[in-house]
Amino acid sequence: MALDKSEVEKIAHLARLHVSDSEAEEVTTRITDILALIDQMQSVDTESVEPLAHPLDVVQRLRIDEVTEENQRESLQKLAPASEDGLYLVPKVLE
Amino acid sequence: MEWETVIGLEVHVSLSTKSKLFSGSSTEFGADPNTQASIFDCALPGTLPVFNEEALRMAVRFGVAIGAEIGKQSVFDRKNYFYPDLPKGYQVTQLDFPTVGKGALTVTLSDGSEKVIGVTRAHIEENAGKSLHEEFHGMSGIDLNRAGEPLLEIVSEPEIASAEEAVAYLKKLHTIIRYLDISDAIMAQGSMRCDVNVSIRPVGETELGTRTEIKNINSFRFVEKAIISEVQRQQEILEDGGRIIQETRRYNADKDETTSMRSKEVANDYRYFPEPDLLPVVIDDEYIAAVKAQLPELPDAKRSRFAEEYALSEYDAGVLVSSRELAEYYEIVASQSDDAKLAANWVSQDLLGLLNKNNWELADSPIQAERLAMLITRIKDKTISGKIAKTVFETMLEDESDVDTIIENKGLKQVTDSGEIEKFVDEVISNNPDQVQQYKDGKQQVIGFLVGQCMQLSKGKANPAQVNELLREKMQ
Amino acid sequence: MINSTVAEISAALKAGDISSVEITQAYLNRIAKLNGELNAYITVCEESALEQAAAADAGRSAGNTSPLLGIPIAHKDIFCTKDILTTCGSRMLHNFVSPYNATVVERFNDAGTVLLGKTNMDEFAMGSSNETSFFGDVKNPWNTECVPGGSSGGSAAAVAADLCAMATGTDTGGSIRQPAAFCGITGFKPSYGRVSRWGMIAFASSLDQAGPITKSAEDAALMLNAMVGLDEKDSTSIDRPAEDFTASLNQPLKGLRIGVPKQHFAQGLSMEVEEAVRNALAEYEKLGATIKEVDLTNSHLSVSAYYVVAPAEASANLSRFDGVRYGYRCEDPVDLEDMYKRTRSEGFGEEVKRRIMIGTYALSAGYYDAYYRKAQKIRRLIKDDFDRAFEEVDVIIGPTSPHTAFKLGSKSDPVSMYLEDIYTIAVNLAGLPAASIPVGVANGLPMGMQIIGAYFDEAKILNVAHQFQQHTDWHKQKPGPIASNEGEA
Repeated sequence: MALDKSEVEKIAHLARLHVSDSEAEEVTTRITDILALIDQMQSVDTESVEPLAHPLDVVQRLRIDEVTEENQRESLQKLAPASEDGLYLVPKVLE
Repeated sequence: MEWETVIGLEVHVSLSTKSKLFSGSSTEFGADPNTQASIFDCALPGTLPVFNEEALRMAVRFGVAIGAEIGKQSVFDRKNYFYPDLPKGYQVTQLDFPTVGKGALTVTLSDGSEKVIGVTRAHIEENAGKSLHEEFHGMSGIDLNRAGEPLLEIVSEPEIASAEEAVAYLKKLHTIIRYLDISDAIMAQGSMRCDVNVSIRPVGETELGTRTEIKNINSFRFVEKAIISEVQRQQEILEDGGRIIQETRRYNADKDETTSMRSKEVANDYRYFPEPDLLPVVIDDEYIAAVKAQLPELPDAKRSRFAEEYALSEYDAGVLVSSRELAEYYEIVASQSDDAKLAANWVSQDLLGLLNKNNWELADSPIQAERLAMLITRIKDKTISGKIAKTVFETMLEDESDVDTIIENKGLKQVTDSGEIEKFVDEVISNNPDQVQQYKDGKQQVIGFLVGQCMQLSKGKANPAQVNELLREKMQ
Repeated sequence: MINSTVAEISAALKAGDISSVEITQAYLNRIAKLNGELNAYITVCEESALEQAAAADAGRSAGNTSPLLGIPIAHKDIFCTKDILTTCGSRMLHNFVSPYNATVVERFNDAGTVLLGKTNMDEFAMGSSNETSFFGDVKNPWNTECVPGGSSGGSAAAVAADLCAMATGTDTGGSIRQPAAFCGITGFKPSYGRVSRWGMIAFASSLDQAGPITKSAEDAALMLNAMVGLDEKDSTSIDRPAEDFTASLNQPLKGLRIGVPKQHFAQGLSMEVEEAVRNALAEYEKLGATIKEVDLTNSHLSVSAYYVVAPAEASANLSRFDGVRYGYRCEDPVDLEDMYKRTRSEGFGEEVKRRIMIGTYALSAGYYDAYYRKAQKIRRLIKDDFDRAFEEVDVIIGPTSPHTAFKLGSKSDPVSMYLEDIYTIAVNLAGLPAASIPVGVANGLPMGMQIIGAYFDEAKILNVAHQFQQHTDWHKQKPGPIASNEGEA
């Protein structure tokens, strides 16, 4: 499936990536090539095949409902690009 | 043109687990920002979710309570979108295989009729954190304490036809959730939130009209008002030949209107797919049966039982079962006072009146069930009259002593000593010769006036039946 | 001693012929000498390594007999290491000092290993040549003009060049096995769920699996013993009874049924690799094994399906890198969207961005069924092919890679790079265990053979690999240019 530039822009926006005009053409070509590789799988009829999400037939383990975590704010916020008064700071969130 | 309204509700309920849905962080309300945000909650690279068994049990508990199908195999999915209060960049939820499937609620409307409203599904998902909008040098602050708390999203069928039905459905849901003890379900605190989908169509039309979604309404009253105003708005547009735009709106309580929440995002594309860090959650019949066995008596069953066992009207019984705590309170009063009818009157009128007046929860009431039962006992054994009991009830608000002490200290004990009563009677007879003569002439109803005089003289403490009897005797 | 196997170093430590501090210092010297050229390590932990070594020596005196006690190890920089820079090969995490340890790291710490440092890798493990790292290319020790393979290229190069005794890697589509083949060493990818993924930075959650990169199959067994086991923190971690993977290494191979997939010997396989693998198969026949052709009918679709499943999962896994809580944030964002877009565009390299885009596209409205769902169905077909084959054979053997290591910079288009993993990817889609071991050298570059087993048949694979190594010495071949042991203490 071939992509056009506007689709690439739409995907880039969904993924919060910036594709500049100068990159757009190459990105579009590359992705189109990869989609051609991917589309090889369309040649097989899988009508009656159950999708496989996970290689092993196992089920979710359950965790006991107990508080095991302590306050780690100080050490975690040392990692933050911007924080103040215990909050992570980001450019203004518009509702 | 005549219009009909079609409403569907999506209710988010915070499940009251101790720890978060996928991490061991506390869910305690009101902690300092980000003090309950672990490395998983902050989405540090390499961290992974493990599912909280209590969240599952609570969801199944809700499901069996509304007679819903329970998903034997539920699957978590990722819902992808970017927002600063969503640390992973996706919300873990259940799309195609929710834990709770189709069920139903029966609501009672103001005209006494009942209506069954279908529940499409209820699924388990994570809450997001909070963006604080006060200024930090033009920046927003992010608090992730709430991020990852377990939510149950309960989706109704579009079978709700009015604002009244919507509120009845919400209140019923609220009651059941509180009975099940799976959430505080306090709308003002956000532990119960409601999104309303509203559309209208000409009566007789089978296709649904274009709907709008009103997000995050935080009180029953606002749900009602928001629906009324949105229906009005849609009707005006359609009658003017306009079109409804499918969009998300917000209810503005000050102006009593809904307004569009136009966002820059062209269209949301959440790119759901099965969450590979979690496996299918499998439960068997035995599990479901065990949850069912632990269900408390639910409001509908309790109401029927109250009506029958205590010989109450359906309406009175309905009032008493409106919360689990109230019903428990009532049952203590009824059994300890051994007068179910009197207990029902006192609880549904005096006690609830008191709570409403002061905006109290039952737990805030200074009058505990045992004390109210004793008060009723003292009416029954004629220590006090019903009227004096109201005075005692008022006193009990400030005075924590037991009922008998209050009666004693205030000298409210009913006078049953016939010598004492005779004194009141004699005095009234001698003070009211005209009325006595009227009585003797056959005007029997004047006895009421004379009894009243005696009661006044005794400051309400004389036993009215005894007064009545003695008066008749003396005036013969 | 630094060119010895873990088993040999362990014996020497036990015998008191050498101390952990001595051998650690020897590796540190070697790293100091060669890492500038090879770029195998992103971070070297000189000081803490010597402290750990001293503690290991003290522990030994106090009676600790752990087989890995005092053995110097390198961890792929995808594993979170407490208080140590953990970059995942990305600018996005160029400043990320992890506040916690991955379970794999914890287990090796518990076993008493000495952490020499964190190895270079393709950015977020996306690559087959180690050329996508923000921290520069890793060079193949056999020929520094060639790639070491990827994504665990730093670990593979470090083991091959004796910059550590053993290393961890991760394998999502061949990222342990292909670099092991290119660097002439042993790499092992366990069954999905064997090794905890807690603290291992996710690329594609349903495919990622950590494993050992070593100088021998026996060493891989020793490492696996420490790595595997249930971890309550990882929902996909499997609860299996404890197993000693060294126990069955010496079982004779008489009667072993080897399956050879005809699809792995088809067009595209280089002559020298085919010859080397065929020679190895002949060796197995001499050891009493029988060879049978098996049909992995859908294996040609594995690359297609993989490049939907892995990017789709990655597109979501990498959404957390948003510049809010840790890692890179762009300078002076004008608004929220600008912060997201510039942070992610500047923080991620081209290949990572490409895969995020592919994954986003495959999951987007209207394409889910045609791509993601279809790929999950192909995944089922591929798994079924293996299940059928393992009804008839004990292990499946073929080439790890179609050819030897290629020149740095020689594969500029992504599709040809993706096809590098044509023999390894199906194993990840099916969740199976597999090893790559050296089976020859051509034009000065080593070649690898892949041994695939049924679920949880790690011990069988290791037995098959070890027996080959008992009767051949390809695994003892050293990269020529840097074979001397000048760093030795």
